[in-house]
Amino acid sequence: MNAAPISGVSWLLAGVIFVALCLYFLLGGADFGGGVWDLLARGPRAAAQRRAVEAAIGPIWEANHVWLILVVVVFFTGFPPAFAAISVALHVPLTLFVVGVVLRGSAFAFRASDTEGDVQQRRWGLIFSSASTIAPVLLGMMVGALCSGRIRISDGIVTGSFFTPWLAPFPLAVGLFALALCAFLAATYLTVEVTDEDLREDFRRRALGAGLVVGVLALAAFALSGQGGPRVRQALMLRRWSWPFHALTATAAVTALAALRARRYRLARAAVVAQTVLILLGWGLSQFPFVVVPDLTLMAAASSARAQRLLLIVLLAGLPVLVPSLIVLFRVFKAPAPRAPPP
Amino acid sequence: MGISLGFHIVFAAVGVALPALMVIADVLHARTGDATYLQLSRRLAKGTSILFAVGAVSGTVLSFELGLLWPRFMGTFGEAIGLPFALEGFAFFTEAIFLGIYLYGRGKVSPRLHLAAGIAVAISGAASAFFVTLVNAFMNNPAGVAMDGGKLTFDPLAAMFSPSWAYQAVHVLIASYQATAWAMVGIHALFLLRDPRRALHRKALRVALPVACLTALLQPLSGDRSAKHVAQAQPLKLAALEAHLHSAPGADLHVGGWPDLATGEFHGAIAIPHGLSFLAFGDIHASVTGLEAFPRDEWPPVLAVRTAFQVMVGAGSALAALALAVLVWLLRKRRLPDGRPWLIALALAGPLGFVSLEAGWLVTEWGRQPWIVRGVMRTSEALTSFPYQAAPFWLFGVVYALLGVAVAYLLARQLVYAHRASERA
Repeated sequence: MNAAPISGVSWLLAGVIFVALCLYFLLGGADFGGGVWDLLARGPRAAAQRRAVEAAIGPIWEANHVWLILVVVVFFTGFPPAFAAISVALHVPLTLFVVGVVLRGSAFAFRASDTEGDVQQRRWGLIFSSASTIAPVLLGMMVGALCSGRIRISDGIVTGSFFTPWLAPFPLAVGLFALALCAFLAATYLTVEVTDEDLREDFRRRALGAGLVVGVLALAAFALSGQGGPRVRQALMLRRWSWPFHALTATAAVTALAALRARRYRLARAAVVAQTVLILLGWGLSQFPFVVVPDLTLMAAASSARAQRLLLIVLLAGLPVLVPSLIVLFRVFKAPAPRAPPP
Repeated sequence: MGISLGFHIVFAAVGVALPALMVIADVLHARTGDATYLQLSRRLAKGTSILFAVGAVSGTVLSFELGLLWPRFMGTFGEAIGLPFALEGFAFFTEAIFLGIYLYGRGKVSPRLHLAAGIAVAISGAASAFFVTLVNAFMNNPAGVAMDGGKLTFDPLAAMFSPSWAYQAVHVLIASYQATAWAMVGIHALFLLRDPRRALHRKALRVALPVACLTALLQPLSGDRSAKHVAQAQPLKLAALEAHLHSAPGADLHVGGWPDLATGEFHGAIAIPHGLSFLAFGDIHASVTGLEAFPRDEWPPVLAVRTAFQVMVGAGSALAALALAVLVWLLRKRRLPDGRPWLIALALAGPLGFVSLEAGWLVTEWGRQPWIVRGVMRTSEALTSFPYQAAPFWLFGVVYALLGVAVAYLLARQLVYAHRASERA
């Protein structure tokens, strides 16, 4: 293990990256999940399901998507060598992920603004939904690769293969897990957001199904981690925090499913959000202090103290603009429908 | 990378300028109560939503591509250029948030909040272009970089405001408004040629033409200031822009034609005696450093750079001349020019803004070669060790070609709908 202590500013920046990543997954990930339900829309209300997904994503997807840019920017400013190394080692899945992001976003916008012709809209919709399905799988695969220990770096140069670290059973399991989690998030959010009772029932059933799949895939990924990511598996089992942490995550998961069964949708949404944050936190903690297991730590990748401090100042300066704007956005589009007209 | 940037820059420019035009239409609607302006603003909003989405995703691609293509550049300079990128991130965030409110909130939020959201989109669009240009200014004319014990160290604030920042930022912002406004003028002039009585297109001209003319007249001034700065700060770039081979006092300016780099002579060019010295230094006897003064392996691709520069200046001058003519007509007749010859001229001018913008971008990128950060890191040193560079190149090429076709097709359809829906005046 690297002996150099991690500086306070590096801690904070790593925290910023983590928070932005969580928000990206909770918001942008749910948009991906919406694409999955667009792809899987079935039954007598298939068209209504698609419209519900579109209405939920429409006003906010572009803002949700900027969290990813924030992650990238803080990453390459605060930890430039790590950004460079990952860009080289995961060149292929990153490129494919980025193409997925491009196709998803533009196809969605095209579909929303193309006013005439169902055939056209369906075609854009298909691109949107398939790209939405592939992108989170690739994202998960990259996470799997980062903690697998198969990306080797010496003196800042990536030495291993460009394919084997991410094209393996363990990263694939993590990728599918990420996809299922996105779908779970989206379906649960939609149970709160739709107003039609039949539609709500549709998404409730989908949420329950996706929640079970999340559980199965979590177990599968854990089983494969012995082979695929031994260091992370050890951390997940042997640290002091390990088992209480797993208990907490499991509680959130069970609460989510039980609340969905009981039709307590707001509680379910809160539980799913908690579950997702805990899962991401578990990954972060088990991998810490490595950015890329086992050759690159946060400390080794940190940029100069002055650059990091300035970045932090810029981030703090940006918040007073960003937070109120976001609150307005979500107030306008995600507030519950008014029950009665104001007096 | 080049494909992505060349593609993205178009959408970025539109993303900066179209919201401003859209807000102008909104304000005109609020002031005159003319429903045609409202209709126009709605159409512009549709266009903005399509173009912004593509601009946003292609911009995301770029933030990744910086690492995918130039990992060593990012690994070394990430901390130096991170601040403007972070600020750009915030500007972009604000833009995305308020665009959501603007596009989906019409009728749902108060008209005042709606207009405020539109203005916020326009301002943050300009801000994000501003911050990104700071990065490019640093790459052209780096500052705040020092060598300390064999390791590069940076002063991020000095790097953010490198000496060229103001010149480049002003030039880029004007170019964005100019290109977009002329494109809009051109498109609506085309429709008016087919059917001169549609009110929508007239109103569109009234919104776009003043912006187009104003920027077209401002841009040569900004360009002149930039060129004088380049002459001081980057004499090699100036020499390449003009394919100027031998250092000499009282250098001539060559317009058009083809330079012979072996002899320094020009074939078929119009020579303006002492023109280059005057333009570069404001003094007809000033000596202009020639390419010969620099090592051969540091020359940018001179012929390409000069050609792009000539195209940029040529298109820009044509627009400035047209803007001047419109202005004269406006002062004499007190109404917008609307005869057939005028409309034909405006329609022909439509694409020139973007031609000039793309050429200008090529000038700055090619003009910097072989450096990625001038004098500090060569482009070849920045490249990734990923061995199959052709594959992503073709992949992104195909994706962008498809997107470009799709966007053009959708916008064309939007315009045709707008045309059909509009009333004859």
